[in-house]
Amino acid sequence: MSMPFYVPPEQFMKDRADFARKGIARGRALVALQYENGIALVSENPSTTLHKISEIYDRIAFAGVGKYNEFDQLRVAGVRAADIKGYQFSRQDVDARSLANQYAQILSQVFSEAPKPMEVELLVAETGLDKNSDRLFHVMYDGTVLDEHNFSVLGGDTQAVTERLTTAYVENSSLKVALQSAITALSGADKKLAHTDLEVAVLERNGKRRCFRRINDIDLLSIIA
Amino acid sequence: MFAAGADPGANFGELLRRVGLSPFESVVIDNDLVIPHATTCVAMRCKDGVVMAGDRRATSGHLISHRSMEKVVQADEFSGVAIAGAAGPAMEMIKLFQLQLEHYEKVEGQTLSLEGKANQLSMFVRNNLPAAMQGLVVVPIFAGFDFFSQTGRLWDYDVTGGRYEEKDFVATGSGMLHAGTVMRVAWRRDLAVDDAVKLCARALWEASDADSATGGPDALRNIYPVIASITRSGWSPVADEVLAKIYKDIAKEVGAR
Repeated sequence: MSMPFYVPPEQFMKDRADFARKGIARGRALVALQYENGIALVSENPSTTLHKISEIYDRIAFAGVGKYNEFDQLRVAGVRAADIKGYQFSRQDVDARSLANQYAQILSQVFSEAPKPMEVELLVAETGLDKNSDRLFHVMYDGTVLDEHNFSVLGGDTQAVTERLTTAYVENSSLKVALQSAITALSGADKKLAHTDLEVAVLERNGKRRCFRRINDIDLLSIIA
Repeated sequence: MFAAGADPGANFGELLRRVGLSPFESVVIDNDLVIPHATTCVAMRCKDGVVMAGDRRATSGHLISHRSMEKVVQADEFSGVAIAGAAGPAMEMIKLFQLQLEHYEKVEGQTLSLEGKANQLSMFVRNNLPAAMQGLVVVPIFAGFDFFSQTGRLWDYDVTGGRYEEKDFVATGSGMLHAGTVMRVAWRRDLAVDDAVKLCARALWEASDADSATGGPDALRNIYPVIASITRSGWSPVADEVLAKIYKDIAKEVGAR
């Protein structure tokens, strides 16, 4: 019987992390930022049907970057977990923190046990009753969870996008200003993004049960004009 | 996450079954058990969509168990359900139906067609058949605005899940005969929403006048039937003040006979 080659755990983890990071870096960036009335999610996505941003529950949105089929599978798992929890207990008991933890469990398990790690990065955003109870949970490919404030950047070229967004971000801004700064951050010096290149959605404190709303190209143009 | 072959897709009921939470698993109940029952509901098509209405009374045998039950509820933005029958299973069915519509919308990224929704409800009613055989009958009315045909449409069901589309109006529950007769006499194809609301209010008035299980308008407690219209601008419930005025007019008219 032949013995497999010995690979030290450090090397094993590093190889997998490099693999996942490379896959994610190939994709385009996505930003989420708090504004006066909720959370705006903006991503570079020329497709109008294959979404990176979607609704999970009344006050919770999901965003994924990287490999589409992988984060879409996780999105559906999130909708299921949330709907089952809301059915079993109450709609108020569904929260972003527990969902982000479930994602972290799945991703960390896949990262160390499956033949290949998932090439995805996720964001679980939740808008609360006021700005202080808004939540941005950034879940990495290996299951690391980051609890972020003001804004969150996912996907390829994060360093440059983060730098630009740090400069452009205005706290407690209107939706217009928030979307403008997000577009500035995603665009950069040598790239100009048109409204048709973007996928935009908001979680807004609108007094209704379901806070998630997509903003289509036409509406986007009139908001940022 | 589920394996590729065992994935329940956008079907919430099936998902609940997979995780062992299905409410439709075998129900055994003593036939003599007295449980709350909900009664008369009506729905009619009108020029711009549909109007649905239901009284507020729930009865257990000869007793009134609730005075403010809501039997007409919004299913999603463009549809509603009205239920008559055993209150507990009926409420559970509505809750599950609302969840199914929202679950489908989120998983698939688009809403079900109105016909798809009607069909889905039919399966829920059929799944309830074993319980119905033991006395827990639930018979809903489903109505909504269909963007495909640009009209309001409505369906009623039988215990076995049979689904029947009605072209003009329908009534269900113990007061259905009286309410149905009122509508049969006065219903017209081109009724405006306001007139359809008045006709529904009148149908429930007559049902409550002749059927002990149907509740009438209760001015003392300020409880009026739930009446809502569904048009291309969505679900819109009629305010209690408006209903109070409508019932005052009906009372005046009946008093002057």
